[in-house]
Amino acid sequence: MPKLFTGAEIVFKALEDQKVDYIFGYPGGAVLPIYDELKNHKSIKHILARHEQGAGHAAEGYARSSGKPGILLVTSGPGATNAVTALTDAYMDSVPLVCISGQVPTHLIGTDAFQECDTTGITRPCTKHNWLVKDVNDLARVLHLAFEVATTGRPGPVLVDIPKDIQFKKGKYSFSKSTLKKKLNGRATHKISNNELDKFIDLLKKSSKPIFYTGGGVINSGPQASEYLRELVALTGFPITSTLQGLGAYPGDDPQFLGMLGMHGTFEANNAMHDCDLMINIGARFDDRITGKVDEFSPGSKKIHVDIDPSSIGKNIKVDLAIVSDVSEFLKLLIKRFKEKNKNFLSSNKQKTSKWWSTIEKWREKKSLNFINSNKIIKPQHAVQRLYELTKDKDTFVTTEVGQHQMWAAQHYKFNKPNRWMTSGGLGTMGYGLPAAIGVQVANPGKLVVDIAGEASVLMTMQEMSTAVQYKLPIKIFILNNEYMGMVRQWQELLHEKNYSESYTAALPDFVKLAESYGCVGIRAKTPDELDEKIKEMVNVDRPVIFDCLVDKAENCFPMIPSGKPHNQMILGPEEEEEISDEGKILV
Amino acid sequence: MSKSKSAYSVPGKIGKTERHIIVVWVDNEAGVLARIAGLFSGRGYNIESLAVAEVDKKKHISRITIVTEGTPQVIEQINLQLKKLVPVHKVADFKRGEKDILFRELALFKMLANTKKQEKIKKICKKFNPVVLDKTTKSFVIQVTALRAEIDKLAIDLKRLGLISTSRTGAVAMTKGPKIFN
Repeated sequence: MPKLFTGAEIVFKALEDQKVDYIFGYPGGAVLPIYDELKNHKSIKHILARHEQGAGHAAEGYARSSGKPGILLVTSGPGATNAVTALTDAYMDSVPLVCISGQVPTHLIGTDAFQECDTTGITRPCTKHNWLVKDVNDLARVLHLAFEVATTGRPGPVLVDIPKDIQFKKGKYSFSKSTLKKKLNGRATHKISNNELDKFIDLLKKSSKPIFYTGGGVINSGPQASEYLRELVALTGFPITSTLQGLGAYPGDDPQFLGMLGMHGTFEANNAMHDCDLMINIGARFDDRITGKVDEFSPGSKKIHVDIDPSSIGKNIKVDLAIVSDVSEFLKLLIKRFKEKNKNFLSSNKQKTSKWWSTIEKWREKKSLNFINSNKIIKPQHAVQRLYELTKDKDTFVTTEVGQHQMWAAQHYKFNKPNRWMTSGGLGTMGYGLPAAIGVQVANPGKLVVDIAGEASVLMTMQEMSTAVQYKLPIKIFILNNEYMGMVRQWQELLHEKNYSESYTAALPDFVKLAESYGCVGIRAKTPDELDEKIKEMVNVDRPVIFDCLVDKAENCFPMIPSGKPHNQMILGPEEEEEISDEGKILV
Repeated sequence: MSKSKSAYSVPGKIGKTERHIIVVWVDNEAGVLARIAGLFSGRGYNIESLAVAEVDKKKHISRITIVTEGTPQVIEQINLQLKKLVPVHKVADFKRGEKDILFRELALFKMLANTKKQEKIKKICKKFNPVVLDKTTKSFVIQVTALRAEIDKLAIDLKRLGLISTSRTGAVAMTKGPKIFN
């Protein structure tokens, strides 16, 4: 007879077999048997968050910066509902998470028992799949399948709900690789044909106004994908732009890189997207922040879309060549085929794309990320630029909250490596950055981890500073403090006649004192001339820091594509906005 | 040009919609129907009718037939999204009006009618494989199988002959000839 294990033991055996080293979680009545078992498994360390949402974002930060799935352990009822924001965030941004939740004992399910909720019902729309385990002998299989679903294809969160009696019950444990792989992405692993590669290469050769448009899929495909991307971009000499989530896959300071595209993307990137004759989408999903008005999106171009998720292709934008594949796998084959047949492509094609490049240079001359600096007040863009200059020589990891500061970080911080930039793009979760930084620091001990934050966002999960202090995680919370929900205020200024309804936060805490009360370091910068010194001080402290950077309260994030407008109708700055408002605010 | 007061883009042109019948083979496990129905409601797709039953007792496979309407792009999304669900084995998609597909719906009508009237009703239903399931002097229950539009029309005709209760299934579908769905 095989050895029997309790459900709680099976959970840890499965985690060990999946080579899990960290769990982020919060205990409670319905997961106590699992927490009780923790002491017997020294290779697995538990990070105690202060709120399940914080644990979830920390697991996301861990996953995105390490390439491994993040593990989340929560109790039933409120534990599970608190995790929903993090699960949804992970679902939108394709982050592999395995959430294990406790549930009331099976005989009480459906009776509105204490801390009961329909966890699998609630999390069904925000996970790739979830399971309620009602038989302890299913537990091992389900847990391993959960890891497989979370990490294969387009990654995402999964949840395994385990009633308390199942955690006590004894059952069999086995670890065998599941056979369900073929189905997880809607299509069996697709074999790339030479025909597809040749079609792709043919389009590259015919194009005189091409652009690469790359996204988070490149990052999710692993560091190798970024290497291949750089090789392909070098081989072709084409310009490249990236989505918010794709930053870092291609070096941000490279001359072929046009900067981020989309609603707050650069003038050159958006105009190039609009006017190109060939758009090569690699691992991006034509999100509405990118396309703007769909009917007028890049009207004259042929479009190629490489995506691992077949349902991402053709969802928002029709494409001419669709390739369902992992980015890394595809680029490897493409580069090989391309090199075989096109030895001198770069030099022979230079002529063909030279006019295109000179058009792009003209757009570049607009210097759309410029802002009017001040020597009296810290401009938020200036703060991000200084932070970049003073941390670029280290292998720095940056997380953000959501809002203006996030866009300024994306615009002005230049990333050169994948997995260094963790931001909530799809769901846009305020409060993401601080706990995410905790997860990033756990996965990358000794590295500099900075959360570029807004004061409104960071207050949503501020309690996690206590977690950072407990585990001696020296994360740096760099708050661009303008006392407003800046992006809300910006939209109200531009679209709602400056009716700043509820977007100002009165009675903000004193962030320096708050830092001290948590037992970390508080630093405040008030003027541009003290900024550098203070940033250096922050970087050099080996403890968690809350940095209160007082910035211009009225600054808006430009350039921007106003709602409902195509890419070639951007607002570049406040002057232009003023001028246009006189003409009847046509563009806003 | 009207001013948009939204951080979102304005809707584009909406294409012509078509009606499709989508057949899905799924593991018959707890919550599977909620996953399918949730996918439709969550993404704003439309379910006109739905028929579900286990078709393989050994492997616990259920066959779900969904009638839906949408633009070709939406129909394609429905197919691709369904295929991503873990308990879904395969998905077949047919445009209504395709020649080599059979569709049937079943309906039960309860009529208040005396024997004389009952004969008349049976006559009206003649084309639709009528089966009388229950009969009293005052009432009877008749079962018909037909296409949706035929049952719609029949229900209207029966209304004036004493129809008091209608129960209908969703459509089920099958290919003609020896070939099966793949």
